[in-house]
Amino acid sequence: MLSYLINGISLGSVYAIIALGYTMVYGIAKMLNFAHGDVIMIGGYMAFCSTSYLGWPVIPSVLFSIIVCTMLGIVIERLAYKPLRDASSLAVLITAIGVSYFLQNAALLIWSSNPKAFPNMVDLPNLVIGDIQISSVAIVTIIACIVIMTGLTLFTTRTRLGKAMRAVSEDKGAAQLMGINVNATISMTFAIGSGLAAIAGVLLCSAYPTLMPTTGAMPGIKAFTAAVFGGIGSIPGAMLGGILLGIIEIFAKAYISTQLSDAVVFAVLIIVLIVKPTGLLGKKMAEKV
Amino acid sequence: MALLKVSGLDVYYGSIHAIKGISFEVNEGEIVTLIGANGAGKSTTLNTIAGLLKPRLGSVELNGVSLLGTPAHKIVKQGMALCPEGRRIFQQLTVKENLEMGAYTGDGSTLNEDINKVYDLFPRLQERYKQIAGTLSGGEQQMLAMGRALMSHPSILMLDEPSMGLAPILVEQIFDIIKRLNSQGTTILLVEQNAQMALSVANRGYVLETGRIVTTGTGKELLHNDSVRKAYLGG
Repeated sequence: MLSYLINGISLGSVYAIIALGYTMVYGIAKMLNFAHGDVIMIGGYMAFCSTSYLGWPVIPSVLFSIIVCTMLGIVIERLAYKPLRDASSLAVLITAIGVSYFLQNAALLIWSSNPKAFPNMVDLPNLVIGDIQISSVAIVTIIACIVIMTGLTLFTTRTRLGKAMRAVSEDKGAAQLMGINVNATISMTFAIGSGLAAIAGVLLCSAYPTLMPTTGAMPGIKAFTAAVFGGIGSIPGAMLGGILLGIIEIFAKAYISTQLSDAVVFAVLIIVLIVKPTGLLGKKMAEKV
Repeated sequence: MALLKVSGLDVYYGSIHAIKGISFEVNEGEIVTLIGANGAGKSTTLNTIAGLLKPRLGSVELNGVSLLGTPAHKIVKQGMALCPEGRRIFQQLTVKENLEMGAYTGDGSTLNEDINKVYDLFPRLQERYKQIAGTLSGGEQQMLAMGRALMSHPSILMLDEPSMGLAPILVEQIFDIIKRLNSQGTTILLVEQNAQMALSVANRGYVLETGRIVTTGTGKELLHNDSVRKAYLGG
């Protein structure tokens, strides 16, 4: 029971880290970046290549993965989304789906569809308490999630750039009148979200060590669900939504049925949205004219 | 030399010709007001000067330097601040954070001093500095919007409908502050529907009708101008 709970929190932490990327980008650019899940996959491959092919130690290869994904996020935004800043949200959504397929197929071309065995990035002994064994990956994941959440909260509430980010997400026009460079702020948000996706990719592949071009797709969708569940646009919401989703998924797998676990997850989402359409922590935003 | 010089400005909203070749000037130290009915193009004019809208023709010069092509976020640094229509404060940020955003282009060295100056002007904001701005009353939000605009040390402050939706006593207060700011050296370009109040504080005024300037004069002249009285001052 306790070990299920910890596994659930650990899986949920990965969802939460991914959901942060969705929710921050949504908050600031008002778009759903469906390519976010595939950035996770790229992050996984970067870590895989740098350790397995180049023989790098863990820390540099994780950093490498973060840097590549951060740049990838900036490039995607610049090339695919920025030209559509004033386009309809439907056009942006379709572009995002296009970028998602582009990344998956590029990965297919480079690394083929054969699953790669992801190396063990967290080479620490498992924690044993009484007769419960907790994997070190789970512990590292939960710690990473706490650190990221704390860091982001401090960033958005204490720093000038972080506050500017919140200002832009609320009112781009007024933010410009303050002298805030809106385009640069949006780029920065994509950079942060994609860097987090790289971390999520490494953690995800450490827990489930098969890496394929489609690896990011399902966790991406689940994390998007988590972001909506918690209230899209809200950073604490993404965190809460992710962790709850992970717990629900693991418990559904354990007590209901492995096959039905995803169905249970989405059923809970539907119920929450019927009762509270803005998500758990979502704020009702007044429509601006 | 005029501090702000607008000449032959033409602005379109999609296919709607909102501003039809207007020209006007604001000299240093003046309060100049643009009055006119809803849809006359007053806000469009201010938004274009601030760089939020791109004009099709014409020029905007601040201190003799053209502002055309300068992105809105860089215009602030040139010494112009717009306190927009509807206040548009950051509702989810605290009062103090809103003021900090107003000082975004500064280097932060005078931040606390500047915040205290705003608190001097609007003591109410100091009482509520930790409060989320969206919970303020309409008058307090207007004070915050003005305080926020002042944080960038503008040489010219543009105010778009500062009296909108406020109780008469608050309108008086806001206009007192406008006069006070002006006497301390801030040049002010004021857009108002409350023509009576605006003309009584303004050195000069321009009357806008469907995108054109139809009348101009000193505040006093316009207050006593027959057609202005009929159209905007209720007879």
